[in-house]
Order: sequence, then C-alpha cells, then structure tokens
Amino acid sequence: MENEAKNSIIRLFHVSKRYGTKNALLDVTLDVYKNEFLFISGPSGAGKSTLLKLLFLGETVTEGQILVDGMNLSRISRSRVPFLRRRIGIVFQDYKLIPTKSVYENVALVLEAAGVKRRIVTKKVKSVLRTVGMEDRIDSLPPSLSGGEQQRVAVARAVVGDPMIILADEPTGSLDAESARIILDLLKAFHERDTTVIVATHDTQLIRKEGARTIYLDQGQLQTPTIS
Amino acid sequence: MAGAYKRAIRDILDNRFLNAVTVITIALSILIVSAFALLFINVNDLMHSWRDSLRVMVYLKSDVAVAELSDVEQKIRLMPNIKAVHFVSKEDALAQLKSQMPGQASLFQNLKENPLPDAFEIRVQPDADVNQKITYLVGELKRFPWVEQIEYGQRWLGKFTNIFNLFRISGYAAGCLFLMAAVFIVANTIRLVIYARRDEVEIMRLVGAADNFIKAPFYVEGVIQGALGGFIGLAVCLGLFFFISSKMDQGLTAEILQVRFLPVWVWLAVWFASITVGWLGCFISLKQYLKN
Repeated sequence: MENEAKNSIIRLFHVSKRYGTKNALLDVTLDVYKNEFLFISGPSGAGKSTLLKLLFLGETVTEGQILVDGMNLSRISRSRVPFLRRRIGIVFQDYKLIPTKSVYENVALVLEAAGVKRRIVTKKVKSVLRTVGMEDRIDSLPPSLSGGEQQRVAVARAVVGDPMIILADEPTGSLDAESARIILDLLKAFHERDTTVIVATHDTQLIRKEGARTIYLDQGQLQTPTIS
Repeated sequence: MAGAYKRAIRDILDNRFLNAVTVITIALSILIVSAFALLFINVNDLMHSWRDSLRVMVYLKSDVAVAELSDVEQKIRLMPNIKAVHFVSKEDALAQLKSQMPGQASLFQNLKENPLPDAFEIRVQPDADVNQKITYLVGELKRFPWVEQIEYGQRWLGKFTNIFNLFRISGYAAGCLFLMAAVFIVANTIRLVIYARRDEVEIMRLVGAADNFIKAPFYVEGVIQGALGGFIGLAVCLGLFFFISSKMDQGLTAEILQVRFLPVWVWLAVWFASITVGWLGCFISLKQYLKN
C-alpha cells in the first residue's frame, strides 16, 4: 500500500460526482502510477470525461478526495489552479484550438501563460511542432487544417510545457484510422519520455491493440477487475 | 506586458466598430466634462476680476469739515476686511466726470457750484464671501452721521454668485453622470468582447493561464480606449474653444472677458479621469465575468 502510494501520481478516494440527482461518477477509488499509460474505457455517458475533468479541476468532486502529484484538489485555492493545469497537458476530442490564432500562437500560449521567455518559447514551440510533424504549417490557422492536423497541434500544445501528466479525452474520436494511429503514436512517444498518459476512449479495438492497463467505467462506477 | 499590449491592439482591430463606439462615447463624455470645466474656470476668472474691482462709494454730507476727513478715513481703515481707502474730493470727482463726458462741456460751464459731494472709495478684500462683507460694511458705515449715501453698484453679484454656485454643482453632477455612463459603456464593450472570445478565454484557462494573464490585454484595451477617448474629447474641446474665442475677440467682449483654455493640470486631470473610466469599465466587467 505504501509502495503503491509512493508510485502513484494520481489517487482517487471514493470519488463521486453528481449533477443534480444523476450520478456521473459513483464511489471511484483508483491509483494511476508514475509513467503509466492508462486507458479509461466504457460506453458513452459512463463518466470517462467527467473523471478527466475532475483531474484538471474542470469540475469539482461532490464527494471523496483526489490527489494529483501530492496536491489535494479539494483544498487547492482558485489562484493555484493554473499551476495544477501547467503540470497537466490536455487533449480534447474537439481539439479546442483558438481559431483566430496561428498554429504557433496556439502552442506558444501555454508557455506564454507560464511566463516563459520569448526566446525559449520560440525554440520549444518549433521543436515540438517538428516532433508532431506540423512544422511546415506553423503560420496556418486551425480552420485551414484537417482534423488529424488539428489534433496533432492539440497534442503539441499539450506537451510543450513538459507536463507530468497528459489527459486525452477521446483524442481519436473524430479522426480517420490513419490520423488516429498518428495521434496514438505521438502519445506513446511522449509517454516514453517519462510522462503519465491517460486516454479516455470507447474504441475497444484501439485498447486491444495497445495492451496497456485499462479501467472500465459503466454508469459512473468502476468495473472490477481492471485489466492489464 | 508586451504580449498583453499586442493582444489588446489585435482585439481593438478585430472589434473596430465596438471599440470606435466606446471611444466616441468616452470622447463625448470628456468633451462635456471639459466644456463644463472650461466654463467654470472662465466664469470664475470673471467673478474674481469683478470681485477685485468691487468698490463701495461712501458719499459724505456737505457739512463735513476738511479737518475731519482724516479722522473719517482712519475710522474706515480700522473696519474689518478693508483693502484700500481712497479719498475722492468733489473737485476730483467733477474733473473725472468732465473727462468722461467730453461732449457735454457746455453743461459743466453753466454750473455755478460743484454739485458733487466728497466721497471715499473703499475696496474690500476679494474672497468668496465678499458680498457678506460688503453688506456688513455698509451696515456699519450707515451708522456714521457724516455719511450721506452709500453706493455699491454690484448688488446683483451676490445673486449671480448663488446662481453660479448652483450651476457649478449641477455641472459637477452632470459631469459625474456622464463619466459614470461612459464607465458602463466601456464595461459593456469589454463584456461583449469577452463574450465574443469566451471560448478563447476558456481555452486559456485550460492550458494554465492565470487570471492576470487573461485580464491584462482587456485592461490595456480599456486604458487605450480611455486615453484615446480623452484625447479626442480634449482636442475637440480645444478646437471649439479656439473657434469660439476667435469669434469673441472681434467683439467688445475681449476687453471685458479674457477667456483662457483649461490649465495644464486640469486637462491632465481630465485625461487621467478618462483613462480611469476605461480602466474602471474593464474592472467591472472582468470582475463579473471571471468570478463565474
């Protein structure tokens, strides 16, 4: 148990989330380990996205406690939330890129918000865009890119700040098979750089192919046993 | 900060119409406020010059002996709030009258004796309650047996002062109301800009941007709006001032009324108020928006 706690980067203790009378999550207890690649699976409405939102304080728990890298999210002050989010890179199914800003500006925003010097911002953004293969689209606006390209930019934005954790909510949900493979390969590549990656997906084929630890949620409840 | 400035400029260019309306509204408010200030300052100057020239004429009875005059003058000098006392003999008064009416020489030649009385011209310390002082002084002077008549032609000044003070208070109130209206218009503009950019703000928050990082460009935008609106308002006021004063110069008013533009400290204060309007409007809308 002690060893488990030592290796855990995320810990959930009896976490529940209710919207009105509906339980989105019910009594979830879970450990996510450092440098782990974890899939959260389950049907639509099972609570996968809610679980991820609780981790970056997009939502707050109704009951229970969550620790992220030793920080108790129930006790974190509003002014500390940005610092939590700088340790987490988030990839959304709908990319959430700013349409009026260029690829470069979208990615640079993370570092600028963290107060990183301009010279370093330029260097890091170019480097990460090279890694995701979007170097030649640096000045393009997101609406001019394909879905796969936009998601690659979103991945670049998620990793540019060297986060400890990457949360990806249905990152391949809107993509064709080839683009989905590229995105997953990128996430795996960043995972190999000592980053914990949590991917919420209902794509069982994808999970089977990767063979990483997977937890299943159904109607907000964690299904046992978890499969490795 | 350079980034915030850049983002603010981009926002202004992206929302040109909205920003133009806000800047014009601030400019109009500042124009009204500065026009009021201009009016007050010049009317105030005029009243000061009137107060400075305010005098009380004390006409003496004809039976006052020359030997008594210095004693009378001394008594007047000892009264409170006296600035200067000047004796005008009846001979001096007649000479002055003749010089003021050169076309009526024949009228004066027919005079067998000087009909004018000796008089003292008294000037009172000019300050805000000069009218009360004069009323008091006149009351005191009337008790002396050697006083024939007392004249002070500007009795109306008291009434005018009261009207002006009322007008000044109404002006301040109207100025404050205009500035408040400008604050709410700026607040509304910023709110509309934030609303138009709510997705962007949300994304900024998700990637770890602190509130200050998100707020900074909006504040810069509000301050630019305020500074620009203030500058335009003051420039228009200056233009109108030159236009009106150039027309006035051609008339007699130039000698009576020396109009001047706002002193530097006033237009700096008005400009600062304008910038504050922009900042405050921003503060109100951001406070409401970001607490959600």
